[in-house]
Amino acid sequence: MLQLEVGVDAPMIKANSTTSFDVTGIIGMSGDVVGSVVLSLPGSTAQGVVERFTGSDVSVESDDFADAIGELVNMIAGGAKAMFADRSVSISCPSVVLGQNHRIASPKHVPCVVIPCRTDCGELAIEVMIDDCKSSPQTSNAAASAQA
Amino acid sequence: MKILLVDDSKTMRNIQRSILTQLGHSELEEACDGQDAMDKLGDFEPDLILLDWNMPNMDGLAFVKEFRKGNASTPVIMVTTESERSRVVEAIKAGVNNYVVKPFTPDVLSQRISETVGNAAA
Repeated sequence: MLQLEVGVDAPMIKANSTTSFDVTGIIGMSGDVVGSVVLSLPGSTAQGVVERFTGSDVSVESDDFADAIGELVNMIAGGAKAMFADRSVSISCPSVVLGQNHRIASPKHVPCVVIPCRTDCGELAIEVMIDDCKSSPQTSNAAASAQA
Repeated sequence: MKILLVDDSKTMRNIQRSILTQLGHSELEEACDGQDAMDKLGDFEPDLILLDWNMPNMDGLAFVKEFRKGNASTPVIMVTTESERSRVVEAIKAGVNNYVVKPFTPDVLSQRISETVGNAAA
């Protein structure tokens, strides 16, 4: 659909929760796996990717720009969700944040795994912050405390 | 053939509209969620519905369950990122006729439409 070759570099754990770049699409996950999948792009990369996706030059200020970024992260998260073979997971409708140095809040015990990617449109990153509730004692304890 | 495109993403509706126009379909209507689609059914009376799953207000699964209470024949193709086998089965049980997983190519969408319309006419 996008016809965009993507090169994937080695994943890394990120120490802080500030997003890698200034255009961010976010999908929440809930159910057996809780957290978020983030597509983070520099503005220039985002413009190139959106142009390829929509077939037209879309301004960053346009609602259509955020809509396209949201749909892209929706497809990424949907593809990832399908790989949880023995987990029941739902994904949220996407949210898009534009602006530098914004932070995605997540529980402290959930690491942020950054997957750096290279494309013809420029670099981008997939950031994954998810907790497997079926096997995580910290989440189980937190849930028990919340119910109490 | 009158086709109703139901997706909360305007980008996806535009892409689908572009593909369908290239395939020769010109009677197209759009809805931004299941509730909007329900509201447009009376005036538009589609011959085929392309339906997203995850949408605000009324999602695709809720729409097709409601739609099938009064219409058993109009074919519905779910066009979604929900690709797990259990989800596909859930959608088919609810009354969806065919399934397209995003991202898709124009050829795949065209093929699914041909299959679905052909089966409905048989």
